[in-house]
Amino acid sequence: MPVLCSSCSEKRAVLKRPKTGHSLCKACFFWAFEEEVHHTIVTAKLFKPGETVGVAASGGKDSTVLAHVMKLLNQRHGYGLELMLISVDEGITGYRDDSLETVKRNQQQYDLPLKIVSYEELYGWTMDAIVKQVGLKNNCTFCGVFRRQALDRGAVMLKVDKICTGHNADDVAETVLMNVLRGDIARLRRCTAISTASEGDGVVPRCKPLKYAYEKEIVLYAYFKKLDYFSTECIYSPNAYRGYARTFLKDLESIRPSSIMDIIHSGENLSVRDGVKMPVQGTCSRCGYISSQALCKSCVLLEGLNRGLPKLGIGKHHRLHEKLLSQQPLTESEQRKLKPVDF
Amino acid sequence: MSACVWAACVCGTQICYCSLSAEILLLFSGINENVYEHVSMWFTGNMKQLLVWIQRNLLKERPELFVQGDTVRPGILVLINDADWELMGELDYQLEDQDNIVFISTLHGG
Ligand SMILES: [Zn+2]
Ligand SMILES: [Zn+2]
Ligand SMILES: [Zn+2]
Repeated sequence: MPVLCSSCSEKRAVLKRPKTGHSLCKACFFWAFEEEVHHTIVTAKLFKPGETVGVAASGGKDSTVLAHVMKLLNQRHGYGLELMLISVDEGITGYRDDSLETVKRNQQQYDLPLKIVSYEELYGWTMDAIVKQVGLKNNCTFCGVFRRQALDRGAVMLKVDKICTGHNADDVAETVLMNVLRGDIARLRRCTAISTASEGDGVVPRCKPLKYAYEKEIVLYAYFKKLDYFSTECIYSPNAYRGYARTFLKDLESIRPSSIMDIIHSGENLSVRDGVKMPVQGTCSRCGYISSQALCKSCVLLEGLNRGLPKLGIGKHHRLHEKLLSQQPLTESEQRKLKPVDF
Repeated sequence: MSACVWAACVCGTQICYCSLSAEILLLFSGINENVYEHVSMWFTGNMKQLLVWIQRNLLKERPELFVQGDTVRPGILVLINDADWELMGELDYQLEDQDNIVFISTLHGG
């Protein structure tokens, strides 16, 4: 017995929306999904006419849907934006090859300029080379830290005014949970923000137009629109802790679909009591990137790699920053602690 | 009754449909291997029975990546003839001739 669309009452419904419980046909779903993203963009005043906006493109479902919808809404509602795709090539054999091919096809399909920035050109190290040195255990530290900066550096190079990323409602809820679990108050306060202001040189403001879009709808949007996307996890160790948080979230959602919005809502409305110590935001004295320490995380990681002491950036070695900055040699016992572990 | 069982998964450059007869690890661990065949099979029963059947006959390893309790693991979307199974009675849906079942995992990186 086919269910009819609750909006047009004509066509067969293809999905039940987790957000509203409505049953919609393909056409009505596409329209609702797109216009809700438009609503998010307009309400949060994410863009101004004439801006150049970089869409962070990984070839995955979220960024592919984001690129598609941004292109469409820019035309439909006359945002007057100059859009381009920005991709990061970590230099992982087999992992990025296919997803970068996808991004290249997206470039043609959406007729948008594409810039690929590689770890090799930015840092002098590919992820494969890093893994050779640090082993499989800690590489996601590198991958994550380098990726965040790579987007910024790419954006500066391309002179874009803003970057938008494909983070969806599930991602945001998951991040709220993770920050609660880790007691990371500073991040907890920031993570629900739909956009970040420019935090100094070398950091381009970011925003998340899909912040209120459920993952289920993003996947089905891509599926029904037959969008060309690539889906895989980073082959270098998916973050196990995050995996638990995600599973937990999905379990909650299956009992109560609004859980995801509820968690975001909680995150948005938390306020931090006066007197809670927050890390002071400064800038890295080597590269100028935002950092609460004398050296930013990626400069410490790089220093470690270049000195053959890859564990330098993993764990807390802040005491050593002064030494590193002044190019002093490390003592033997300091060196021993930071040597690669055998795998 | 012949129903096609497909699983849309991680592989390939487009969303592709992987046969569940292939190693299930291939479906959920992100290994790039395109498998475009599908399983056509004789099956009588409802979705609940189909999941049991899949678990017994197709999942050789780590069934917990696919099923949880007597339903699919949260985060896996099920489409019956290209419609959300939540509109079709989910586990109670009685399979019919030529039905097409698609499983899409959302638990991968975006
Ligand atoms: Zn409709
Ligand atoms: Zn990684
Ligand atoms: Zn730095």
